[in-house]
This record gives sequence, C-alpha cells and structure tokens, in this order.
Amino acid sequence: MQLDDLYRQVIMDHYQHPRNQGSIGGETLSIDLKNPTCGDEITLQMKIEDGIVTDVRFQGAGCSISMASASMMTEAIKGKPVEEALALSEEFRKMMKGEEFDADRMGDIEALAGVCRFPARIKCATLAWHALERGADQKS
Amino acid sequence: MDRALIRRDFPILDQKVNGKPLVYLDSAATSQKPRQVIEAVSQYYNEDNSNVHRGVHTLGSRATDAYEGAREKVAAFIHAPSERQIIFTRGTTESLNMIAHGYARKRLREGDEIVITPMEHHSNLIPWQQVAMATGATLKYVPMQSDGTVSLADVEATVTHNTKIVSMVHVSNVLGTINPVKEVAAIAHRHGAIMVVDGAQSVPHMRVDVQDLDCDFLAFSGHKMMAPTGIGVLYGKREALEDMEPVHFGGEMIETVELFRSTWKEAPWRFEGGTPIIAGAVGLAAAIDYLREIGMDNVRRFDAELTRYALERLSAVEDLTIYGPSGERGGLVTFNLKGIHPHDVSTVLDSEGVAIRAGHHCAQPLMRWLNVAATARASFYIYNTEDDIDVLARALETTKEFFGHAIG
Repeated sequence: MQLDDLYRQVIMDHYQHPRNQGSIGGETLSIDLKNPTCGDEITLQMKIEDGIVTDVRFQGAGCSISMASASMMTEAIKGKPVEEALALSEEFRKMMKGEEFDADRMGDIEALAGVCRFPARIKCATLAWHALERGADQKS
Repeated sequence: MDRALIRRDFPILDQKVNGKPLVYLDSAATSQKPRQVIEAVSQYYNEDNSNVHRGVHTLGSRATDAYEGAREKVAAFIHAPSERQIIFTRGTTESLNMIAHGYARKRLREGDEIVITPMEHHSNLIPWQQVAMATGATLKYVPMQSDGTVSLADVEATVTHNTKIVSMVHVSNVLGTINPVKEVAAIAHRHGAIMVVDGAQSVPHMRVDVQDLDCDFLAFSGHKMMAPTGIGVLYGKREALEDMEPVHFGGEMIETVELFRSTWKEAPWRFEGGTPIIAGAVGLAAAIDYLREIGMDNVRRFDAELTRYALERLSAVEDLTIYGPSGERGGLVTFNLKGIHPHDVSTVLDSEGVAIRAGHHCAQPLMRWLNVAATARASFYIYNTEDDIDVLARALETTKEFFGHAIG
C-alpha cells in the first residue's frame, strides 16, 4: 500500500484550494448529504438551465479525499449538460470499483483512481458524486 | 504482571499490517480476544454444543450448565446479589433498549423527565429520545463543564421530583471522563428516580460493583472485555426487573401458552426469548476468568499508567489537540492534528500498522459540543505497551511530515 497512490499532488491541491466552494444563493437546487459512518458532510448546489449545469457550488466538512473529490467534480461538470455529468459519474463509479473506465473523459479526476485500493476511503470519494446524482434526479 | 507476557495470549496481535507490526489501539471499539477465550468457544462447539433448557440429553445439560454457569460468573464479577438479576443480551445497545422499551415506555407519562448528559453514546441517547416521543416525557441534559466532566451541582440542579430516570455513561468513549455515577445514583434516588448506568467502557476496565454504585440497571457488552461479539449483559435490581416487561416474545421465555394469551417465566429467563447466545456466554465466562486472573485493580492500574504515558507523549507532538479531562480518565486519548482530517490521519497511521478510530464515535452531540466534525481516538487495553504509544507518536510525526510535504 503506497500512500502516494492515494494522496496525489493534484488531490492535495484541490483540498487546499477547493474550486467552486460556497453557495449560489437564491432559490437553487440544493442537496445535503452526510456520510453517517464518518461524519463527512456536503451541501451541493446546482443551477440547471436548459439541461445545462450553468453553475455549481459546494460547501462541506470532511477529509482531503471527500473535499478534493467534490472540488474536482464541480470543476468537471460546470457548463456541461446534465447527461454528460451523469455519464461522468458513471465512469467515476467504475473507477472506484477498480473496473476499466474512460481515462480521457476523467482528466484530473483520474488522480483519485488510487482510492479504490483503500476500501475504507471509497465512501469519502463518492459522497459528492452521490449528491450530484441525487440533484439530477430531483431536477428530472 | 508482565505486559509482554499478557500480549502473547493474543494471537491476533502477532502479525504485520501493511508490512509493519500491528499496533492495535482501538480497544474501545472492540477488544482483542485471548487464546483462552477463543479456545473456550471452540471447545464448546467441539464438545458441548446443544440448545439450553430443553434437551433431556447429556449435551443439553452440559450446554445449560455452561450457559447458566456464565450467568453466575457475571453476577460475581459485578457483585450482583443474585445471578437471577443477570440478563444476557446482544450487547449494551440491546440492554439499554430493553430498559427503554420494556421498562420506561410503559411507566412514563407526560410531565415525567428523563435526564442524560451530552456525552452519551448514541445507544444511551436515541432510545430515550424514542421513549420521550412515545410517552410525552421530557428529555433533559445535565450540562457539561468545559473540561468534559459533569458536576454534581449541575446534576442536582437538573434532576427534579418529576425525574423518573437518570441514565449516564460511566466512562465516556470519547473523552475518557469517569463520571461519579455512585453519587449521581444517590441524587436520582433522593428524587424518586431510577439510575441507569452505561458500563460499556467501564466494566471491561475497572472494578464495577453494582451494590456499591446502587444503580438500578447496568448495561455492558462482552466484546469490549475480550469476549466474542454478540453477547452483552443487562443487570437490574429485583424490583426494577419485576417492573420490566419482556420485549422479545417467543420460545424459551414462556411458562404457559394458550391460544389467546400466555404467561412468562420468571426473571431473567422471561427476558431471553429465543435460543440464547450460548457460545457467547461461554466466551464471556472465559473472559471474566481471564480478567479476574489478572485482577481488575491491575487492569485499571495498567490503563491509568498507559494513559498517563500516552498523554505525556502526545502532548509533545506539536499541533496536536487532546480532548477530555486532564485528571483521572479511562484508557483512551481522543485528539486531532491541526489541519489534517482524522480520516487522513487514520489512513497514514494504518500504513504504519497503527489501528486507531476516526470519526464521530457514535456521539454526534458531543462532537458538536467539542465543535469538531470528527476526531481520532487511540484506546488501550492490557495488551498494549509503552512501545505501542511510541510507535503511535512517531507515526503522528510521519503523518504531519507527509501532509506537510504533500500540501507543500
């Protein structure tokens, strides 16, 4: 088990300098999710217009993996159609299960691939993505 | 008593995790089991396994003797007046739920009060929330001092003549606080309330005498005191058990069953519906034998010594916050490293072979009181040594270096 496989530089960068942190304000689609086993929390807000995620922000408290994953996720889906965001989420799930996934599509997020070798931490990485899926569900 | 010698009784400790010798510092979650307990359970299944209280055959008698013998051992261990006051359950959670649903729910009314503290484990909190919701009773909290202790003056101020139940954790699983449950029981009784003690973290680690504490109920788990998971105990005073209704109905607990009504056996059997956890009771008896051989006063002294050493060693780690009282406390240290989430700490420690707990420790209200989302906790038992603490302290330095480096 190599720690460097888990804590890649790009992950630490997102943890230290989270992108799209905060709230959109006003009447917005807002999802609160908790990981009851460890206490990680996230509030994900999305503005969806004509099927496009025009804005997305998150606030939360959690470990480096959960917060970096949220930051990377918001960066990846902003400006993208909801379907594309969900397809990305599907690829992310595959990555967490250690299955083959579309690396081109993942970009920076691929840095989280090492998480699948740390089973206790997979839930940390998937929290933000669950929030995304739930948000898309509520919208449709 | 030599710790290194004791350690050899625990086969699981002799292994490498992630290439490093295992340092197990999570005994407050569950303790490891000595060979003597594992062998007792194995012998039971190899030689004596049978159902209890029914077969006329030899194995049935052996299993019944083993199971009822375990009850006697538990009674002696906590100095209960009679083994008939010992109910076997699945663990502390089930024991506390049994009190909440079998005793409190039928007896409490609107205007009655239940008094607990903010440092309760969820299992001594949620059952009372449920009782309060179902009966209209009020759930009240004794406030906590800033060092994580409870003052008797605050208990006096919170308990009133409307209070029917005071329930308190004996030793906090997060702060290590040792609560003055004996004195609290006296206050409860003076107001006509009963006293429930959550002994999950105390019974495994110190001498607990139910007659001395004068508590009405005591709940604890076997798995935190070297017995298998799935076996626990509820002790109750005779009057309290008389007033409690069974919550599990079915085989083993009945006297006469008619088409439309039934009657129950006497306590404790009427509370043990279904085939009981026989092998668990056998394992618990073996664990009690093991602990008594060492002596509970020695266990307490070991814990105190190691905790003192850990507090001293960890205080020297820069940027580390320790939670809980500075005085006497149970065998655990809860902490946070500045700027590093406890999950991340735990993952790095695990890569060094060190097993600790990270999270909210089933005490979310207490986490809010501490104003943290989560904490890391190292907890000890008699098989831990000062070397283990040294490895922990070094691994914490490694954690800081790793994150310092990774964060840049």
